[in-house]
Amino acid sequence: MYDAMLAESIMITGHGGDTIEAYSARPLDGAPRGGVVVIHHMPGYDESTKEIARNFAFHGYNAVMPNLYWRDAPGASPDDAAATARAKGGVPDDRLVGDVAGAMAYLKNLSNSNGKVGTIGYCSGGRQSFLAAVSLQLDAAVDCYGAFVTGEAREGTTMVPIVDKTPDLSCPLLGLFGNDDQYPSPAHVDQLEEALKANGKNYEFHRYPDTGHSFFSVNRPAYRPESATDGWQQIFAFYGRYL
Amino acid sequence: MCTYLTEKIAISGSAKGASGWIKVTEGTVYLDHPVHAPFGHTLNIDFLAPELGPAGRVAVELSQESARALVKAIEATLESAPPGLE
Repeated sequence: MYDAMLAESIMITGHGGDTIEAYSARPLDGAPRGGVVVIHHMPGYDESTKEIARNFAFHGYNAVMPNLYWRDAPGASPDDAAATARAKGGVPDDRLVGDVAGAMAYLKNLSNSNGKVGTIGYCSGGRQSFLAAVSLQLDAAVDCYGAFVTGEAREGTTMVPIVDKTPDLSCPLLGLFGNDDQYPSPAHVDQLEEALKANGKNYEFHRYPDTGHSFFSVNRPAYRPESATDGWQQIFAFYGRYL
Repeated sequence: MCTYLTEKIAISGSAKGASGWIKVTEGTVYLDHPVHAPFGHTLNIDFLAPELGPAGRVAVELSQESARALVKAIEATLESAPPGLE
């Protein structure tokens, strides 16, 4: 069995034609592959999210993670870049969509691409995965406990709910949530599910008991092995169907 | 969750980081996921020297209990200092 993969930092064209850094991980066996855009969480373009990209390559997908903070802090360490981006107000929604579109184009142009691309994001990236899926033509999207998809806008931030864009959802959506999470709370998840049902969208939600936010994060106390293990199985089953 | 909320203040002083002492002119305070501290959310303070770029930063991540204790300690210290010190 030939299972070599290549993981490397590259430059891609993002929002507004800007050149931004990205982390690419892809199998090298030449077989047709679906692509996954990995959207990093708010703490940044970091080691743990690069590991997630490599995990997708290990499972047979071309993966790429755009550095959403490249413009704010090119070449900085992930934590310094995240702090800088935060001080500047965070990642604007339109810029996120443009960067994901650039990552999609990169994946579709790979010689082994099968033409299909999905997104996945965790925490703030969960919301951004949904945002990409209502803004771009995707084949699958995964929202891992993204807050502010539904609910109320939070005073003092520019972060607004985007559930009203549900009619524009372009692809099947997989949602993975913890029942002890407060953002998104079970009620927030209910609100999203109602919107998906009302618009006749293809979705699949899994809600885990005794599980809060960030349950996939193996380096955080919120890690819940049982929920995360099942979540990974659901992700690969979902992508297996649609990518 | 990511709170997205950040308090920004102008400050005047110095902080010691990986490259030695730096003059800091901005501070940001936020409660969000830490990079290193073993908690889900921490009270994070960045002491910033913006002219040095993203690495011009001295950062702390404190448990919420620690942060409240720090606030009290700072207030108590300032209140008990002899008047007239600059």
